[in-house]
Amino acid sequence: MIWVTVLGASLSCYLLKLLGYVVPQHVLEKPAVLRVTALIPVGFLAALLAVQTVAGDGGALTIDARVAGLATALVALLLRAPFLLVIISAAATAALTRALGLMS
Amino acid sequence: MSDRNAILRDSLAIGAATAAYGVSFGALAVAAGLEPLQAQALSGLMFTGASQFALVGVIGAGGGAIVAIATAAFLGARNMFYAFHMAPILKVSGLRRLLAAHMTIDESTGMAMGHEDSIVNARTAFWSTGFAIFLLWNGGTLVGALGAGLLGDPARLGLDAAIPAAFLALMWPRLSTSVARVTAAVAIGLALVATPLLPAGVPVLLAGLSSVGVGLLYQRWRPARTPPTVLP
Repeated sequence: MIWVTVLGASLSCYLLKLLGYVVPQHVLEKPAVLRVTALIPVGFLAALLAVQTVAGDGGALTIDARVAGLATALVALLLRAPFLLVIISAAATAALTRALGLMS
Repeated sequence: MSDRNAILRDSLAIGAATAAYGVSFGALAVAAGLEPLQAQALSGLMFTGASQFALVGVIGAGGGAIVAIATAAFLGARNMFYAFHMAPILKVSGLRRLLAAHMTIDESTGMAMGHEDSIVNARTAFWSTGFAIFLLWNGGTLVGALGAGLLGDPARLGLDAAIPAAFLALMWPRLSTSVARVTAAVAIGLALVATPLLPAGVPVLLAGLSSVGVGLLYQRWRPARTPPTVLP
């Protein structure tokens, strides 16, 4: 089942890329279309980060070590840390919080 | 020292930075329950980072295939506009067009846009960045996917916290306008409200698509400003 998802999503993403080379130039060149397209990644990334931070079993909202990790990531970004450091600092904070028994 | 050499050097530098993303993607994909080969297939076949992270996130949260595919596709739709921008510059057809489509991502388009004073330089920047990232992103994925398997329990290592951190880091450079910040806030709020009420994955789709509504409403309040170029 994961393979179906992996291959189906890969094909969809590829066809979208290809579509941009095939459509006539006037079709997509509209301010409203360009604006909305720039915002779609922001909306999805924001939604994903919210759900991945607090969703627990069966959709219940839970506050656990992931929240502490995300807070550290936020600080790292404000300090202009590179991508990998942001990720590692979040993981390390969550791991430490759990090891110390502060949060589950 | 020609423009060409400078462009090739920059492409490699971007590729090297991307390898680090690739390592984290490989590790997080395996932590979310994918096999290393599936993580590798995503980097080789999908080859667009934010969609790959999103797909892994939805699968890890127990979302269904259709929701996962739709989320990845919506995130990947921006590549269509990059392709649209690159088409008159590259002027490719046949097999080269199929290959150009695969290489059309944030970084290759961004590098090409930075060299549009010369069409030759723009093409060099596009292809060299695309290939450099393809190789190093896939190499990074391999290292991360195999490495994660050796590490043990993902939660003990805090890898479940690394996933939302990755989404935050991917979103961060796109928040430069007020409409983008409003979009993010609305999406986060909707996602939190919808999560206890709807099946896994659906809240992401719903909240993510709220960006379309925000974009259209914002257009009415404050019409006619050039949209920002969104590149990391």
